[in-house]
Amino acid sequence: MSAPGVSAPGAGPRVPRTRVVLAALLRKELTVELRSFEAVPAMTLFSVTTFVLFHFALSRNTLSGDLASGVLWVTLLFAAVLGINRLFVADAEQGGFDGFLLSPADRSVLLYSKALTLLAYLVVLEVVAVPAFALLLLGPALWPALPGLLAALALGDLGIVVIGTFVGALAVRTSVRDLLGPMISLPLLVPVLLCAARLSSPLLGAGHVGSLPLRWLATLALYDLVFGLITFAVFDFLLED
Amino acid sequence: MAVLAALELRGLTRRYGERLALTDVNVSVAAGQTLAVLGPNGAGKTTLLRVLATLLRPHGGEAEVLGHALPAQAWAVRGRIGLLGHEPMLYRELSARENLALYGALHAVPGTQRAQELLASVAMERRADEPLRTLSRGMVARVAVCRALLHDPELLLLDEPRANLDPAASELVEPLIGRASGRTRVIVSHDPAGVLAEADLVMGLVRGRVALLAQAAQTDPQALAELYR
Repeated sequence: MSAPGVSAPGAGPRVPRTRVVLAALLRKELTVELRSFEAVPAMTLFSVTTFVLFHFALSRNTLSGDLASGVLWVTLLFAAVLGINRLFVADAEQGGFDGFLLSPADRSVLLYSKALTLLAYLVVLEVVAVPAFALLLLGPALWPALPGLLAALALGDLGIVVIGTFVGALAVRTSVRDLLGPMISLPLLVPVLLCAARLSSPLLGAGHVGSLPLRWLATLALYDLVFGLITFAVFDFLLED
Repeated sequence: MAVLAALELRGLTRRYGERLALTDVNVSVAAGQTLAVLGPNGAGKTTLLRVLATLLRPHGGEAEVLGHALPAQAWAVRGRIGLLGHEPMLYRELSARENLALYGALHAVPGTQRAQELLASVAMERRADEPLRTLSRGMVARVAVCRALLHDPELLLLDEPRANLDPAASELVEPLIGRASGRTRVIVSHDPAGVLAEADLVMGLVRGRVALLAQAAQTDPQALAELYR
């Protein structure tokens, strides 16, 4: 053990490598979720239940076009909010957040790990929710629309991830984080919803599969990029007291 | 050659909204010394520890920790402090070994040998692979000691460190966090008699102000009891 003392100003602690910290944080996130089953099961169950409710509420056996796209994305969005709300909970409630802040690790790594964790949640959600949607509500066949839909889902997920991580970090230190999360994230997610729904609508049209509207594709990609940069720029400040 | 101060607080102030949690706190602690902080509930003891740990920013005055001014040089201090607070800062779903592996990565502690040694020293090897939610509070507190010491910190900030430990466990952690550890320590305690025996300096806080600051050897236990009246 080193002798206790006072270092010269300018001396610092051993700084861990970003790659090592990111791997450790991701391993922790996935292990905690796999053992607690707090976020992903709630998200998937919510989405499937919502499709069943829409099935009865709309009194229609099948949906297509704008309506199908809207139902799919609104459901995915609300399910994602459940995941966003759980994203920092274990860290805040069990003190791991302070443990991270006390370490010399680059704070941006926490952003990367949370963003990748939320992305993993969304991928699992969509693996269950999209086939369930096709089975319960979608009129046209899913298969021809799948390549385009995957592109729309990827861009939509990116938007949800950057906004969700931003909002999660913003709300984590407050006592009303369960309320604050949806209150901030839903308005910020409106452009993502709008673009993703418009993007998916022609893919889910009755009769034939249309092409991806490039205008909405570009708008969503731009929104993702801008919000990604904003989140990256302010994330360190959000973690500060 | 003059002894360098590990902690130097001059007029330190910290607020929560309008309420002053710490007001004009002045103290200097030399490297290797122990400062005991006592006072009734709400006196600002935990706030003081969190400011020293860089988790809270000072709102006034000056704070130097391990030769670095806070908050400007907080980055240089992080990783050299071990904080043992009311929360164990451990994930309940992970085992002791998994938690220590995570903190090892955060603090650039290579390998698993250090964690293994620490777990052995607090007699937690046998339960080290079980999720913490299955362990008693005392066992989790022992793992928290390992977590706080994993990166071999120069400064230990201890908030009632033996609160959840039975006498046998207290004895186990004594060489790690007691005076024999040789580290600079700040100990928050509600046990005046116990803390006087292991401190060099004693600070009494009442409503965020320093009501008493003296050498431990010259402090009357009665004066400490007065802090709680």
